[in-house]
Amino acid sequence: MLYREAGQFKTSYAADQQLFPIRQDRIGILILLAVVFLVIPGVAGDYWFSAILIPFLIFSLAALGLNILTGYAGQLSLGSAAFMAVGAYAAYNFQLRIDGIPILVSFVCAGLTAAGIGILFGLPSLWIKGFYLAVATLAAQFFIVWCLTKFPWLSNYSSSGVISTQPLIIFGHAFTSPQEKYLLVLTIVAVMALAAKNMVRSSTGRAWMAVRDMDVAASVIGIRLMPVKLLAFAVSSFYCGVAGALYAFCYLGSVEPDGFSLDMSFRILFMIIIGGVGSILGSFLGAAFILLLPVFLDIALPWAARLLGLPFSSATVSHIQVLVFGALIMFFLIVEPHGLARLWQITKEKLRLWPFPH
Amino acid sequence: MFKHRMSALTAAVSIALLSQAALAAEEQFFPVLSYRIGPYGANGQSFFGGFVDYLSYVNLKENGINGVKITWEECETEYNNAKGIECYERMKDKAAISTGPIHPMSTGISYALIDKTVADKIPMAMVGYGRTDAVDGSVFPYAFPLVTTYQMQASAIIRFLKEKEKGHLEGKKIVFLYHDSAYGKEPIVALQEEAKLNKFELTVIPVAHPGNEQGAQWLKIRQENPDYVVFWGWGVMNQTAIKAAQKIGFSRDKIVGSWWAGSEEDTVPAGDAAKGYMSATWNVAGKDVPLIADIEKVVYGAGQGNLGDTSKIGTILYNRGVSAAVLSIEAIRKAQEKYGKGKAMTGEQVRWGMENLDISDARLKEIGATNLLPEIKTSCDNHEGSGKIKIQQWDGTQWVVVSGWIEGNKGLIHPLFKASAEQYAKEKGMTPRDCAKEM
Repeated sequence: MLYREAGQFKTSYAADQQLFPIRQDRIGILILLAVVFLVIPGVAGDYWFSAILIPFLIFSLAALGLNILTGYAGQLSLGSAAFMAVGAYAAYNFQLRIDGIPILVSFVCAGLTAAGIGILFGLPSLWIKGFYLAVATLAAQFFIVWCLTKFPWLSNYSSSGVISTQPLIIFGHAFTSPQEKYLLVLTIVAVMALAAKNMVRSSTGRAWMAVRDMDVAASVIGIRLMPVKLLAFAVSSFYCGVAGALYAFCYLGSVEPDGFSLDMSFRILFMIIIGGVGSILGSFLGAAFILLLPVFLDIALPWAARLLGLPFSSATVSHIQVLVFGALIMFFLIVEPHGLARLWQITKEKLRLWPFPH
Repeated sequence: MFKHRMSALTAAVSIALLSQAALAAEEQFFPVLSYRIGPYGANGQSFFGGFVDYLSYVNLKENGINGVKITWEECETEYNNAKGIECYERMKDKAAISTGPIHPMSTGISYALIDKTVADKIPMAMVGYGRTDAVDGSVFPYAFPLVTTYQMQASAIIRFLKEKEKGHLEGKKIVFLYHDSAYGKEPIVALQEEAKLNKFELTVIPVAHPGNEQGAQWLKIRQENPDYVVFWGWGVMNQTAIKAAQKIGFSRDKIVGSWWAGSEEDTVPAGDAAKGYMSATWNVAGKDVPLIADIEKVVYGAGQGNLGDTSKIGTILYNRGVSAAVLSIEAIRKAQEKYGKGKAMTGEQVRWGMENLDISDARLKEIGATNLLPEIKTSCDNHEGSGKIKIQQWDGTQWVVVSGWIEGNKGLIHPLFKASAEQYAKEKGMTPRDCAKEM
């Protein structure tokens, strides 16, 4: 009833091929955008912006990047954090070394730098597949972090290797408050997410999915594997690179190479596994799950312990939090192996039939 | 226009909050960004155990700071930058009313908080870690790398070795073996300067994190056959290095570690191999310090101790936590002298207290902390305040102090901080304060 597309006739190719073919989705996305752009900035506090929303959006973008590569093109990668590091350091260096370069331009350049390096590390994908490729991308993870530590030029000879990002000034306006930073990050993430949504339904995206499902068959029907795979690496690294630049400039303010560890790559990989491999929405849901659930547990558990009168020390609470988090991951993977995005899809199908399920 | 209205609004709100705080009994809040789990959880438990125990001690023994009760809230950071920021943001509002200095005990988190603490006017102490060029308070008003920094420590270690060699290091060979991270890399500049000055040969050898495999590095050390190894390790890397040194037959009493490579957690797992190993420290271990014994009596006697495992009392990290808390409390006392005794201090006021710390040996004796930590005197252009360390040696069962307080070469090292801070100010496009006007 609520979610029925009956009566929505497509009379042109344009209508049939639009980004959100169902009217309810279009309205939904508009409402969502209105809420996040207009309502949230007015009601959320600094804590929400700096500690929750900004990291959530940035990691969603990184997860989206990895999802393009792993979920759509089927190339497993363990180097997402390294590509974020490339983006962060590249943006810093563009700002530092080119006088008067607009910050958004350096973000784009940072993305392009990451894309270039992504292509380089994507080359092995032409010969190896699956888990073996994952190990090859592991090399990117270690090599890039090593490189950033090894060559002091990249961190402008800072004695500690830590870089402090330059102020965010766009068109003469300095983005300093968490609210402004949130809006900046949100705009970039929204544009890039819609672009990704658009890309995966285009011929490029369909070529990626063909390669993912069976690359021999794809090459037989005339898809050239090399450019398709390398493009996936490039686009994915571009997204991760921009996410890295935002991570440095809008979230932490100062980063060191060790911050972009393998651990972070794994977290991004878990985001897409939990959220849904091969789904734009899944990247956001996964990032929310991995980032926000621990925070929620962190706040809720001590409260619950007090309520029940349990004498937990803060260390015990932290241990329990890790336990509960792990258990929830397992629970969701057992209940829905295809990720949270699949749950949303099932809900949509149910809503389509409601209130008359057969 | 909008901005003005916003700041007027925040001012109004903060005044309202302030008067509300004044109505309630005066309480000094401490946001404690602790870690008790995760890779460095064991270290965090001792440090924050000591820190919190001293706060309880001041409450129990003296009924707070001049009558102002201390309250605190802990937030687990797991030594993770993102979680650290989340914790900081969560406690920020509470800390806006009154706050003790934040001790993140993590270089990564302290770096990430440097700009934020300035904006929120919350002082941050980085006692023996963190951004070292924050010694220059004109650029970093809210960050305090108190007591001493990596560079000054490295310089003091060189001085110790020089004294050991009867005043000459010429032609000697020193290897610097370090954790390949911000922490390990910072002293290199200082060591290079020292090498130029004292004409010894310096070789730097990095160890990748986490450092549980150092075969190649120690092979190289065997080839180099240095006179001394200065060692900047952390966590599991420390015991691995000590064991590796034993394996290749490098005498342990020629290795001097940093203060993060000199706790019981490092030497005990290495067993016999650790005997003779030396490390720097800015606080001493043991329960001989009257304050530590008194904390055990008063706080644990009242059943309010923070540690589950009381055998950690008196360990090097526990005492370090106590020292960090002593510094914080003394800063608040100092601030109260200026802004009103018996009142809770805001972050801005505590910042002033930290910048005007003057803890003499006499004062240390009063609180029973004689020799626990060196004398400290801070100012606007010196947020470090001391720069002194002791060298301790592991005798197989405990740490024995083998030197007096050794000061690093300030004339050599402090200009490095100044230059680095100036570069930071330039990158950020900010104008440093004029320290001459702060007097």
